[in-house]
Amino acid sequence: MKLSLTRRYHFAASHRLHTAKLSEDENKRVYGKCSNPYGHGHNYVVEVTVTGPVDPETGMIANLGQLDPFVQREVIEPFDQKFLNEEVAEFREQAATTENVCSEIFRRLKGFPLARLERVRVEETSKNSFEIETDVNTLDEVRA
Amino acid sequence: MIRITRKIEFSAAHFYHNPNFSAEENRRVFGKCNNPHGHGHNYVLEVTIAGEPDPTTGMVLDLKELKDILQTEVMERMDHRHLNHEVPELAGQIPTCENIAAVIWKLLEPKIKSGKLDRVRLYESPELFVDCTADATARDGARA
Repeated sequence: MKLSLTRRYHFAASHRLHTAKLSEDENKRVYGKCSNPYGHGHNYVVEVTVTGPVDPETGMIANLGQLDPFVQREVIEPFDQKFLNEEVAEFREQAATTENVCSEIFRRLKGFPLARLERVRVEETSKNSFEIETDVNTLDEVRA
Repeated sequence: MIRITRKIEFSAAHFYHNPNFSAEENRRVFGKCNNPHGHGHNYVLEVTIAGEPDPTTGMVLDLKELKDILQTEVMERMDHRHLNHEVPELAGQIPTCENIAAVIWKLLEPKIKSGKLDRVRLYESPELFVDCTADATARDGARA
């Protein structure tokens, strides 16, 4: 039997899909209305899954009293009510697609010291979600 | 292989307290969940069975049978109960989502005669759930 714990967090942010690697016409062709230079926003949902042994003293894989402030500090505070392209340094160089947002959140959370990060799943809207799992060998994200 | 999932809801009270901890330590580790008067949740349980459909009935298992198992094993034990005081399977354990899910797994696994228990997902709230799945190594062992 294996146990994992999943917690859902929320942040609201704006972004614009655009990359300096493409011309303006190509950006419009590839990203369509998501490339609108004024940006647009989403209510993002972040599902964080951790795994590990259940501490017999607490009955917990991870105490939410420690997981919640960690996620708050690493992801929610820097991302919530922000324009991701300008205000999160990592998206100045790479497109703020939710694939890249998911990957950046994974990178920020994989150092959680009290349980092993197993998966990060990001819902951009209720219709689109993106997820990244941990490679059990490298503890980094699974790469094809 | 097909997976089928049945969902039930039950309401129960609990609180977190470890008799090995001092009162101060209990408050520090468990926060407001340590309130000895308890508090409650509407738990949502998703039980997933995996298997091949029977060639005659087209079913992995009869959902009526699963419904009856969930009624006997989970609802009658846990619905409108105080998990700290009234569920013998949780005696001596802190009734966290992790421990409740593990107890439910152990109760259900021997009762599933068609297909195999694949996952027990227990939501304590829409923002927090635990998944209990077969241990990959144990499953490989069984196959060999």
